[in-house]
Amino acid sequence: MLFPSWAFLLFLAVLVPVYYLVPKRIQWIVLLLFNAVFVCFAGLLGAVFMAVTVASVYAATRAFDALFTRQRETLAAMKTTHTKEERKKTRLQFEKKRRLILVACLVLNFGILFALKYGAMLGRLSAGLFGGKPFGQDLALTMGISFYTFSTVGYLLDVYRETVPAERNPLKLALFTSFFPLLVQGPITRFETVGKALTAPHAFDGKRFLSASLRIAWGYWKKLIVADRLLVAVKALCARPNVYYGDFIFMEMLLYAACLYADFTGGIDITIGVGEMLGIRIEENFNRPYFSKSISEYWRRWHITLGEWFKRYVYYPLSVSKPMRDLSKATRRFGAGVSRRVPVYLATLLVWALTGAWHGSNLTFLVWGLLNGVVILLSEECKPLYARFHKRFPKLGESAFYRGFAVIRTVLLLSSLRILDCYGTVKDAFSSFFSMFTTWNWGAVFRGGIQSLGLSYTDYAIALFGVLVMFALSMVQRKGTIRKRIMKRGAVFSVCVLLVLIGTILLFGRYGFGFDASQFIYNRF
Amino acid sequence: MKRKTLTFIGILLACIVFFGALYAVSRLVAPKYHTSPLEGHLTGEYYEEKTAHDVLFVGDCEVFSNISPVTLYNEYGITSFIRGSAQQLTWQSYYLLEDALLTETPKVVVFNVLALKYGEPQSEAYNRMTLDGMRLNASKIRAIRASMTEGEDFMSYLFPLLRYHDRIDKLTGEDFAYWFTSGEPVSFKGYLLRTEVRPATDMPTETYDPKLPESSMEWLGRMADLCEEKGIALVLMKSPSIYPKWYPEWDETVAAFANARGLRYDNMIAENDVIGIDMQTDTCDMGQHLNVYGAEKLSRFYGAVLQKTYQLPDHRGEAAYDADYAALSERYETEKNLRRSEGN
Repeated sequence: MLFPSWAFLLFLAVLVPVYYLVPKRIQWIVLLLFNAVFVCFAGLLGAVFMAVTVASVYAATRAFDALFTRQRETLAAMKTTHTKEERKKTRLQFEKKRRLILVACLVLNFGILFALKYGAMLGRLSAGLFGGKPFGQDLALTMGISFYTFSTVGYLLDVYRETVPAERNPLKLALFTSFFPLLVQGPITRFETVGKALTAPHAFDGKRFLSASLRIAWGYWKKLIVADRLLVAVKALCARPNVYYGDFIFMEMLLYAACLYADFTGGIDITIGVGEMLGIRIEENFNRPYFSKSISEYWRRWHITLGEWFKRYVYYPLSVSKPMRDLSKATRRFGAGVSRRVPVYLATLLVWALTGAWHGSNLTFLVWGLLNGVVILLSEECKPLYARFHKRFPKLGESAFYRGFAVIRTVLLLSSLRILDCYGTVKDAFSSFFSMFTTWNWGAVFRGGIQSLGLSYTDYAIALFGVLVMFALSMVQRKGTIRKRIMKRGAVFSVCVLLVLIGTILLFGRYGFGFDASQFIYNRF
Repeated sequence: MKRKTLTFIGILLACIVFFGALYAVSRLVAPKYHTSPLEGHLTGEYYEEKTAHDVLFVGDCEVFSNISPVTLYNEYGITSFIRGSAQQLTWQSYYLLEDALLTETPKVVVFNVLALKYGEPQSEAYNRMTLDGMRLNASKIRAIRASMTEGEDFMSYLFPLLRYHDRIDKLTGEDFAYWFTSGEPVSFKGYLLRTEVRPATDMPTETYDPKLPESSMEWLGRMADLCEEKGIALVLMKSPSIYPKWYPEWDETVAAFANARGLRYDNMIAENDVIGIDMQTDTCDMGQHLNVYGAEKLSRFYGAVLQKTYQLPDHRGEAAYDADYAALSERYETEKNLRRSEGN
């Protein structure tokens, strides 16, 4: 069920009144039923995988809970009768059991994700190496599995670390795992916030409903007017690297940057809006990312929840893990700086390799991830240089000109890295990227080139207008959310804004017969 | 309380303005079919009719190109209308007939059988030309549901803006001229007049399934049931166009059906010599459709058959009809002469 489909709007139109009309204590059960419909609509196989995740994570977390209780009771009983060493041994035995359960659950859940994400690629690789028919070619990601696996595994790890208690009701865990707006393209949520909000009672609030409608409409606006329009040109540019090279690639970088932003943030706006409509607050996933002045800042403001997840569950534990500490010690003889850097660098590169791998099975994603890591580490290394520069030219560093330069530099840098996202092979991506510096063909771009990408001049004008609106609103957003300001001006004004958004979507959106109803770009990850 | 009322009124007004604007924009972007393709204008013209009809023709291009209701009236006083459109599928003919029978009960319904060769929806563009002009009722809804091809959605038939919004940068003077009016009819009671002469030549041979699709035959059966229920004589006709080909196996199937249901079936291809149709002068596109000269010949011939077989009354001399047809005949002759003089 695509967000931009009548089926989804009908689904929402039925869910919202039913949700608020039933007694509050059973609201979450109604939501669970609707989630089940949504999941089954996307395919029964997906529902089975989701059920496996829920069952395994529920069983594991309950086992953790039981083991923690037993551990506490046993250690309390041993306090006066056993030595410290004996108590430590007992504690380690309990920890070992928990770790075994954790590893089994992680292997199962990441195994499913891995098989679906990489099965077809491994099949082709195996056939290439050993001959025969490639296996697993019909394996494909099921609806939302990359997102709900991470969210649910996050909960598993939280319970394992005793930072959140284990949920006793498996249906509540199922509700958290299957919450439908999150299945399209995230964000990756935490059980202690969204999971709890999902089961809490919610009363209808007209103002909140209107505010949520505004957010949903704005999401559709970005998706249907800007993203789906630009995607036509981006696809055309990526499909023929032999034809579109040189300055076309610069154009592709900019178009893809705008397209991906409109697509991903548009989808998240719809997700958060739908959650808000049901009284459930979902974490923000963006904070005006294209105004970042460095790549590391950008990654703190783009797909925030994925970055947070990796930081919380991979980067920090890995950085302070025993092997890393040992490695740090082993490299002390090369100097304190090296000893300090090695674990950080290794953890950073591993996290970025995993981030790349999360995005897809293609080698391009792995290279993209690692390059992001390398750029971030290089920036870290260059910090003393920057500091010296700013010390020498203190006024320049604070000027709007320099800030603008830093923002543009970051956008161009991340757009260059994203070229890897556009092509099927690393070779195509690199040769296309470097052709920008060897071929000067702006003439070809403007003499028929841009017209050959499947968009009319009107389409470009509408897309440009859309991008300018997004940019202007992002500028205004620095001083607080625009929705709050709109809502402050009263219901009539808010409704007028909503109707203008809907009207422009209906008139200028790319939808209906003759247009591919495109899924969100991040849905494929 | 006062503030709430004001808010409510404000929202209501905003919604009225919004829906009014949507309606206006929707009308603006919907194709008008006044210059091309004219076939899209035909379905809607039926609703402009002020008099009832003795004969309704239903079918595809072989009815709206080959039968001239003006000739039928001028020669025999038969009142008729053609509910036909380009590639109008059998179930679309059924629902257009069902729709027409809501407001009138003709004595005879003539169905041109060529469309029986299609058992599945064919093309969104042709669906639109047939269905967009249909008034909104249960027949239209059922016709849409039966006709949609893959990728089409039902809502866009009810709200044309959803389908035609991308025409916003392709608007022409025609769109503004006929924004809120359907304008003058482009047909003559459903007949599209063409004066071009393009002689028939050898047409490409094609592979075909000797069996007509079961689904289209079922729709024909439903059409026969509908007419039977209303006491209307259903006549099956294959007009004399020679391409697309009408194969002997299909002919036999339709003849057997007509025989089984006690219906008249006229295959006019065999009657071309009797009618006097010369495919060197009476066709506008190499034998696919008749031009006005061929259509008039066929109408003269078939009018006589229908009048004799079904004792259709001669309405000439009846003031209501004479006034209507006199104006129509004048426009018909003017158009014919104009097109002839322009070499079309």
